[in-house]
Amino acid sequence: MNYHILKKDELDGFIRKLATKMKVCAPVAKGHNNFAFEEVSSAAGIALDYIPTILPPKKYFMPPREKLLDFDISGDKPRDTASVDAEKLAIFGVHTCDLAGIQCLNMVFSEKPRDYNYILRKENIFIIGLECSRYCDGSATCALVGNHYPNGGYDLFFTELGDKFIIHVNTQKGEDLVEGMGLPKASSAYLESLDDVREEKRAVFQNEIGVDQKTLAGIVAARQESKVWQEIGSRCVSCGNCTNVCPTCYCFDMADTINLDMKTGFRTRTWDSCQFETFATVAGGENFRAERAGRQRHRINRKFSYPLDKFYRSFCTGCGRCTRTCMAKISLKDTLKALVAESRSVSHGTGQYSSSSLPLSGDESMVKG
Amino acid sequence: MTEEITHSNWKLRKGQIIAAKQMTASEKWFDIKLDDGRLDHEPGQFVQVELYGIGEAPISVCSSPTKRGSFELTVRAAGRLTKAMHALGKGDWVGIRGPFGKPFPVKLMTGNDLLFVAGGLGIAPLRSLINYVVDNRREFGKVDILLGCKTPKDMLFGDEVSGWQKRLDVNFSCTVDRSDPDWKGNVGLITGLIPGVTINPEKTFSVVVGPPIMYKFVIAELLKKGIPERQIILSLERHMKCGMGKCGHCQIDHPKNYYCCKDGPTFTYEEVKAAKKL
Repeated sequence: MNYHILKKDELDGFIRKLATKMKVCAPVAKGHNNFAFEEVSSAAGIALDYIPTILPPKKYFMPPREKLLDFDISGDKPRDTASVDAEKLAIFGVHTCDLAGIQCLNMVFSEKPRDYNYILRKENIFIIGLECSRYCDGSATCALVGNHYPNGGYDLFFTELGDKFIIHVNTQKGEDLVEGMGLPKASSAYLESLDDVREEKRAVFQNEIGVDQKTLAGIVAARQESKVWQEIGSRCVSCGNCTNVCPTCYCFDMADTINLDMKTGFRTRTWDSCQFETFATVAGGENFRAERAGRQRHRINRKFSYPLDKFYRSFCTGCGRCTRTCMAKISLKDTLKALVAESRSVSHGTGQYSSSSLPLSGDESMVKG
Repeated sequence: MTEEITHSNWKLRKGQIIAAKQMTASEKWFDIKLDDGRLDHEPGQFVQVELYGIGEAPISVCSSPTKRGSFELTVRAAGRLTKAMHALGKGDWVGIRGPFGKPFPVKLMTGNDLLFVAGGLGIAPLRSLINYVVDNRREFGKVDILLGCKTPKDMLFGDEVSGWQKRLDVNFSCTVDRSDPDWKGNVGLITGLIPGVTINPEKTFSVVVGPPIMYKFVIAELLKKGIPERQIILSLERHMKCGMGKCGHCQIDHPKNYYCCKDGPTFTYEEVKAAKKL
């Protein structure tokens, strides 16, 4: 584990040099306190102090629309080829919540049968994280899921120390880059300052919901018939914004397009949303999740309950995007707090929850060949 | 930088329709041969069928793996893809991905009595297992087949069904919801056939495939008979779009995070009884 130092006024040189090697994307201000990851060629446009971008870095790993196949039906027998546009890319300034989101997606798409469109793109992306020393805003719940601190998932990780950045090097690729740029190694004084930053954060970032992840998973699993779902379902307009902006929502749909020559065409994948009315409809017309309340419950289950069993981690990164984007002002924090409060009143104010209803054992019989 | 993915799981195998037959007003049967070898499926699995330019749909394989040269599908014209597929015939090509899904637990069932309950198009996936059992008949105990359909005209695999009727090593009963003048068999719901079957519940596996509404009532009858929950096998229907446990469409509302395409489509009743809908 190596630490290097970059003076803040040398960041521009760093980005410019990096941009000669690969495309560089970073958070850029878009007005009205909105930010977006966009291509940059210098540090000038980069917003170092930003709240989570409108779309998470997910868009680079799993584009909103991508081609899976090209096909040709002009011959006797159809032919198809699969290809991917995996350009060399560096993403600078990724917050710890979004690093966690990328880790979640990596797990999903690396699981067999593997999705090589995702994997090949991922292999070409260089990730540079950036630490938050304070909350972005009141929508975030990163402390609930422990994502206010870095938990891997990057090549380099930047933390501000006064007029400098201390850079944690996590991969050989990262080491080669900082060595190539001749960045000096950090002395022990800097490492102590980094410890101080982390210690100060401990006081700032407090679990926003007041219960730990496993307990929360147990509460969500036990509150499947809660009136909270009816309440948020009655406000939800099924627009799908919450899932689009979620760093770990990866549900998709596929569609064929035939070209005007009527001989060639292509198959694309697009982001889909479990909030859409027909998401769980089968050809016969049966809709297995016809109510908005059920679809909202499904979304919360897929963040706080199901993935703990399957991937041993929460799929909520705490970024707060779903709350910020919701047209009906459905707040994730309020939803979770309401479930916890309801659970407390059901258990007659004892404040004791059992997470035993949550199967965390990773049942091997579920792994089907 | 565009890179070809030779090992992409999205690539399609090429299947040529070698025979096709309209079975009922809404169901058509296809016999498909792959150009790269065998499908090598197990009873209860499904494939994704691609009509280039139109899209894909998940279809159960209705033939037994004991039939080796080609595989069969029975397709109801229900959605966009399946309606288009009804226009296809002998010689036409389709794209195939798969086989996908967890098959029926044939190994567990070996040595036991079997009670098959099929409603409507449920006979299609179940036929892959029934024919497998018939072809390996001596591996199993007593075999009962109960079949239900709306009217006699909706009966699928009529020739084969009368073959099962004639066999001495298989007990076969059939019922229709609504009769017609030529019908001489039972009339009424399939649940009415269950009490009449003599079974040894401890060593009976019941395999039930039909529309969601049928499960509730049939399962209640089977439990009444004393068949253990883990010996009641179902095949559930969801829209399995990717077949690889990723796209999210087929996920079942169940604490265990089941994806119908990967963890199913076959489940024991014990596994899925906590689901909000079967």
